[in-house]
Amino acid sequence: MKIVIVGNSAAAVGCIEAIRQHDKKVEIQVITDEKYHTYSRPGITYLLGKKINEEKMLYRPLDFYKKHAIKTRFETKVTKVDTANKVVITGIGEKIPYDKLLLGTGGIPFVPPIKGRFDHKSVFSYTKWEDAEKVMEVVKTRKKAVVIGAGMIGSKTVEGLSMIGCDVTVVELGKNVLGLALDNTASSMVEARMKEKGVKVLTSNEVTEIYGKDDVEGVIMRDGDEIPCDFVIIAVGVFPNTEMVKGTDIEVNRGIVVNEKMETSAKDVYAAGDCAEGYDVLAEIKRPIPIWPVAYSQGKIAGLNMIGKNAVHQGNFPINAIEFDGVPTISVGITNPDENAGFEVISEKEGNNYRKIVLKDDVVKGAVFVGDLTRSGLITGLIERKEKITEYKDELLGNDLGFVHYKRELRDSKLTQNKNWLE
Amino acid sequence: MKRVYPVEDNCMGCKLCEVACVVEHSESHDILRAYKEEVTPVSRTRVEEKGGVSLSLNCRHCEEPSCVFACISGAMTKNDDGIVLVNEEKCIGCWMCLMSCQYGMIERKMINKTASKCDLCPDREKPACVEACPNRALVFEERN
Repeated sequence: MKIVIVGNSAAAVGCIEAIRQHDKKVEIQVITDEKYHTYSRPGITYLLGKKINEEKMLYRPLDFYKKHAIKTRFETKVTKVDTANKVVITGIGEKIPYDKLLLGTGGIPFVPPIKGRFDHKSVFSYTKWEDAEKVMEVVKTRKKAVVIGAGMIGSKTVEGLSMIGCDVTVVELGKNVLGLALDNTASSMVEARMKEKGVKVLTSNEVTEIYGKDDVEGVIMRDGDEIPCDFVIIAVGVFPNTEMVKGTDIEVNRGIVVNEKMETSAKDVYAAGDCAEGYDVLAEIKRPIPIWPVAYSQGKIAGLNMIGKNAVHQGNFPINAIEFDGVPTISVGITNPDENAGFEVISEKEGNNYRKIVLKDDVVKGAVFVGDLTRSGLITGLIERKEKITEYKDELLGNDLGFVHYKRELRDSKLTQNKNWLE
Repeated sequence: MKRVYPVEDNCMGCKLCEVACVVEHSESHDILRAYKEEVTPVSRTRVEEKGGVSLSLNCRHCEEPSCVFACISGAMTKNDDGIVLVNEEKCIGCWMCLMSCQYGMIERKMINKTASKCDLCPDREKPACVEACPNRALVFEERN
């Protein structure tokens, strides 16, 4: 049997590590359009800010492929999947056969409709190591940046740029920075920190045009204001990369649709990570959740099923942790609930610390923490187990919450035996 | 593998386990220096108390470690002996592990902004917390 993995990031590594736990022999080939050893994609903003070096970018040690007996094909773009003949077809028309296939092709940066020339050499997206290399070259001589988008990637890019002394303006269409992950209060805490660092933050606004003759000279805002700049980074998010399955029998909605075994609608074809559309257990719909842990765990489940282990994914929900220059935040599950839909919110803000927990019928559905993150994982655990917290509701926001508040049976099963969390 | 298990019926909440953990992971391994002169390491075991119940909890070294799956840098790994370890050199302080651990057993080490967690005391036969416990409220053994 031959397993082919298209992609070389979290989903691919999750798949490889799961397979090799059980099967040291089955042939595995990784095909990636990039030239790099598997690396931490989120690391590119840390690299930009000189918080880490290139060596630290590596997601797994350099002997990873060798240790796991993985055949690699770098700089090879898969453009088509032929499910009838069980081959993937590369950009140069080469056909690579598979018995089981994982599509872990990730996301493509979304480019909003902005007038002006995108062929300017100083307009970048920021999702790959290659993008980091380009931007790091530019910042050697130019310092004035406009970042479009203040989501996860945008905000971390702003941090990176500001750490190396760039003059940064960030433009966000929504009313808050990190608006999708956080809530108003937490966003404003991060925004305050950005401003303290000298970043200009323009929310509820958008860039309508990038202007300049030979290269970028500035951007024009919706309200007509002009912001001169040397380069522009577009970071408004990613959408699932499903190009290679277009015109095949593989079902695509927003992402490649998968079931709880990470199987697509085509036999022996699996998908995982940012390209896939799995089940969100909190939103109770299928949707792409483009975050690292989801990619890894989906890749793992796909890998186990490829070798006949019959594994089922317990479902995903968004979790994000992001620290902006000394302001750590985490968000998990539903963070901005519709209060008419029966949700209850409890929160507490004291100085630089903020905690909010979202409940429905006394079951935790989401949380936001800023500052003190002590034991925030307990909340994730409560969301996963869907347990009623009625008896210790008063303790939820404090640092003293613990297993002592849970039922004795749960403590006995989780702390004195080796059961997995959802067993 | 051998793991540390709490025995809550034996726990008095004295927190000697926390002290032992701090000393073991300090630079000097000396109790006074660890608390008074050096940057005091954060304890990787935590005594929880409520009413008459107390217990000392630390990393479960899970078979399916969420922290390892969530780590974006590759710093968190489960080694061949099953021990879940954080490589501080590689940790970038994103805190994904912290919020992924359902046991809440990853701490932030503020001095270098890295994750900090139980390493089962690699230099000792028995973890320091277990040895320090005066009432066998922590045991180190193999269980299924």
